[in-house]
Amino acid sequence: MEAPATNGTARVIVIGVGNRLRRDDAAGPIVADRVRAKAQENVLVCEQSGEGAALMDTWSSGDTVFVIDAADAGGPPGIVHQFDAHAVEIPRAFFRYSTHAFSVAEAIELARVLGRLPAQLYVFAITGQQFEFGDEMTDEVGLAVEQVADRVLAILENGACYAGQGARHA
Amino acid sequence: MSQGKKTRTIAVDYMARVEGEGALFLKIKDGKVSNVQLKIFEPPRFFEAFLRGRAWTEAPDITARICGICPIAYQSSSISAMESIVGARIDGPIRELRRLVYCGEWIESHVLHIAMLHAPDFLGYDDAIQMAKDHPEVVKNALRLKKIGNALMTLTGGREIHPINLRVGGFYKAPRKKALLAMREDLLWARDAAIELTKLTASFDFPDFERDYEFVAMRHPNEYPLWEGRIVSNRGLDIPIDAFFDTFEEEHVRHSTSLQSFVKVRGSYHVGPLARFNLNFDKLTPLCQELAREHGVSPPCTNPFKSIVARSIETLYACEESLRIIDAYEEPDRSFLELAPRAGTGHGCSEAPRGICYHRYSIDAAGIITDARIAPPTSQNQRSIEEDLAAFVPRYADLPDDKLTWRCEQAVRNYDPCISCSCHFLKLRVDRE
Repeated sequence: MEAPATNGTARVIVIGVGNRLRRDDAAGPIVADRVRAKAQENVLVCEQSGEGAALMDTWSSGDTVFVIDAADAGGPPGIVHQFDAHAVEIPRAFFRYSTHAFSVAEAIELARVLGRLPAQLYVFAITGQQFEFGDEMTDEVGLAVEQVADRVLAILENGACYAGQGARHA
Repeated sequence: MSQGKKTRTIAVDYMARVEGEGALFLKIKDGKVSNVQLKIFEPPRFFEAFLRGRAWTEAPDITARICGICPIAYQSSSISAMESIVGARIDGPIRELRRLVYCGEWIESHVLHIAMLHAPDFLGYDDAIQMAKDHPEVVKNALRLKKIGNALMTLTGGREIHPINLRVGGFYKAPRKKALLAMREDLLWARDAAIELTKLTASFDFPDFERDYEFVAMRHPNEYPLWEGRIVSNRGLDIPIDAFFDTFEEEHVRHSTSLQSFVKVRGSYHVGPLARFNLNFDKLTPLCQELAREHGVSPPCTNPFKSIVARSIETLYACEESLRIIDAYEEPDRSFLELAPRAGTGHGCSEAPRGICYHRYSIDAAGIITDARIAPPTSQNQRSIEEDLAAFVPRYADLPDDKLTWRCEQAVRNYDPCISCSCHFLKLRVDRE
């Protein structure tokens, strides 16, 4: 797999998806916080609620895009599923905790049909356990957040580290 | 489920393409619906409780968090209620900007529901992704339309989700005329796209289903309702906003964490685009009226499936109204009126994309909220949705479960229910006897 471009005219966008007030659903925004604190200035880091049209609009200006979201993927909390959107279909059931009917997976699959996927789109789905109101994440999800942030930063800094071929479990 | 039985049970554990989490239970006995329950199990969100003790000026920002799709509705109604307590009257450019930001919300919310959530039902697709394979231009245009709605909200509201620029008394900052005029070309395109969207939705094959609804909407003497007016119905109701709870009542039902509203004595009622269309047709623009008539949709329209056409026409209206406001806009000297609190109770109501959104607040002399009541549109439509299904399902009772379920989901989506607002997934279960 080619390394994501992080300089020149190519745009790199990191999108943390979720709701900080719904416990483990805060995983995406907090990964975005970690990446924002350490990434180069040419990396656009943003936080979104997961509304699909807004996601598609945001990544339309990017060449390499990372989307990080909490997921209901089954299995223990903190498990990270890593996808190359060009290689596999994104499982919609993973992202059912979005409050939006048209969310991350739908946006990616619709973009695929319309030819609007960015050149590189990597999705990190962090398995959550608790999605009720509150601002404390499950311990395992908190650990996974740090691992995913480090992973994204490593890809950004070192280029050729992305090892995902389709779905990958971290 | 076995179709040969007199008793039939269908269970659908997850209903897609609605905003939020809930479930639907249907029991069919001898071809008739013996029990229907729109189950809302979203945990109660206690907004009304934690508004108590907060400053009156905080209500717009707190209530905006009730919904990511229609935050302007909550901000508008809370602002109106607070301003009514102190007797403030907001006119001129600030009032026009309020209508403009609401138009942005109508465009983005309506188009999302029309093209992404509801149109696939009528065109025979599982979802918008499948639909996009055969109708890519419809989806691309809808995405562009939605983006324009979002841009209007960002320009006037500060950002598209949970806007931050609206306040009691006006706006923190008024947009520059030049910035609004920069939206003009996009809005001209949007107007044409909304016309094409209306032609498309009006061409759908609608189920032959009518019901004698009590339609309830706001009505204003001079304009299609958004922020202000009286509350009226097709059964003679014509009340000021502050008489809301004299006429409507909310009750708790075991299967829902959201209260259900009804008209005292009479029962269920219907709010939203179809109600507004029927009760305010004369206030639509000539182009909207002409287009509706030309495509065979005029009041009284009592087929709930045609709400998708009313929603399309309202999208066109919002584009035209936005253009009118932008062309006439004059930058205000001050973007808000400085208002001082005083003890009292106030009422606010506005037309959320899904129907009237009523708020009532009491504050003390220092402006601290002592009581809050909010009646969101989906709560008000719950009983009507259940009654629609009770009347609609028997004629399709012979359909196999998957097709019957699909029809039920389509019928529920007529109301664009936002379950997050009402108290979030809709699951469907049908028992047949």
